[in-house]
Amino acid sequence: MNLAITAATAWRVLRQLRNDPRTVAMLVVVPSALMILLRYVYDGSPRTFDSIGLSLLGIFPFVAMFLVTSVAMLRERTSGTLERLFTTRLAKLDLLIGYALAFAVATVVQIGVVSLISFGWLGLSAPAGLGWVLALALASALLGMAMGLLVSAFARTEFQAVQFLPAVVLPQFLLCGLLTPRSQMVDVLRWLSNVLPMSYAVEGLTRVGQGTVDAVLIRDVLVVVACIVAALALGAATLRRRTA
Amino acid sequence: MTDPAIAVEDLVVYRGKRQVLFDLSCAVPAGQVTGLLGPSGGGKTTLLRSIVGVQEVRSGTVTVLGLPAGDRALRTRIGYVTQAPSVYADLSVRDNLRYFAALTSGADRIQEVLASVELADRAGDRVDQLSGGQRARVSLACALVGSPPLLVLDEPTVGLDPVLRRDLWNLFHDLARAGSTILISSHVMDEAARCDRLLLLREGRLYADDTPAAIRARTGTEDLEEAFLRLVSHAEEVR
Repeated sequence: MNLAITAATAWRVLRQLRNDPRTVAMLVVVPSALMILLRYVYDGSPRTFDSIGLSLLGIFPFVAMFLVTSVAMLRERTSGTLERLFTTRLAKLDLLIGYALAFAVATVVQIGVVSLISFGWLGLSAPAGLGWVLALALASALLGMAMGLLVSAFARTEFQAVQFLPAVVLPQFLLCGLLTPRSQMVDVLRWLSNVLPMSYAVEGLTRVGQGTVDAVLIRDVLVVVACIVAALALGAATLRRRTA
Repeated sequence: MTDPAIAVEDLVVYRGKRQVLFDLSCAVPAGQVTGLLGPSGGGKTTLLRSIVGVQEVRSGTVTVLGLPAGDRALRTRIGYVTQAPSVYADLSVRDNLRYFAALTSGADRIQEVLASVELADRAGDRVDQLSGGQRARVSLACALVGSPPLLVLDEPTVGLDPVLRRDLWNLFHDLARAGSTILISSHVMDEAARCDRLLLLREGRLYADDTPAAIRARTGTEDLEEAFLRLVSHAEEVR
């Protein structure tokens, strides 16, 4: 790994994002607009808004970065740029960390704007502190990126890559405890929920909403980080210098 | 004679279940422009991919600049241009060059390289606003920017106008005179005459590995396309 190459890769990915203002606008505006919508849907029950709103701060960046990465990485694979990069001294880690840094910047912008609107205007509260919200949102974004990278190896077209979104996101969304508390699920579903990483991001954000910074919250963050590392390692295994 | 820049011995490559290269052996001399010619689908790209080290090979050896193909130390010494322009369409020409320069430490040569492919006036334009021929030249520029001692170019002159094509061939010969080795594939036989040396590849087998003059003398014709045809029909009679 080489710091200059990693930085050049991050800068290049950010330039690509910046050259696509519509995507940037969607990344920033859609979560904020949905949060405003949610606020008025739950106008009568601010506590429900608090719990769902906080969880969504973990789900938005996951979905956004999953989509952006799966399509961006598929383009690298199909356009020949990946093959070309692998004839240079760029290491796989340079590529992965370069992407991660660029998308971390994008996530900070996305979460910054939606937080400003949610906490400043809509009255959402995070008693355990905004730092935890940002940490969990960043972790979710990187998890989305790592899983997007992984599925890009199994898609041949952008149509297919996009179809992976509901397949990967919806089961996690249904089982993460947002719609029904995980403790009330039948055993099989609860076990399933226990092995899906989004459950831990949402559980962590729920703790943040309750104002309890405890071992469970720290464990939740660690589980999400471990899942990022595992998904990145699997994704890296799909990046091969030599192909048939 | 000095060691060849590229030495291929008994190379066998399969893509899927189909055999693409059949016990292929050849040598590419250093400091010359070698043309890899033959019809499309004949294995040219597969051979080039084997040389730059991104192709899984079944058996045989490929030695590049004294090292096994794909060796880590070769990654700063080879400039590879794929057949389809492999650059970032959503970046400007200059940003593409900056990125590939950062991968090869050639940042101070961006302007010079853009001038050599006649794109200096398009540096600020996004690649997806350029024509196909211009994109191909951006892709070429990204390989040139690191001044690699070996350039592997997969059909870099397709779709270019004759004047530009001549200018690029002059550039290739200038680079070779300065010490670079250039391996360039083409399915256009009229480019064969511009090479110092020719490899004729068809259906995964080599039909010639010689200078254009020697090939003309051996086949008794001035026309290299006709020479290619005679070599193929002769080889088929023997088989």
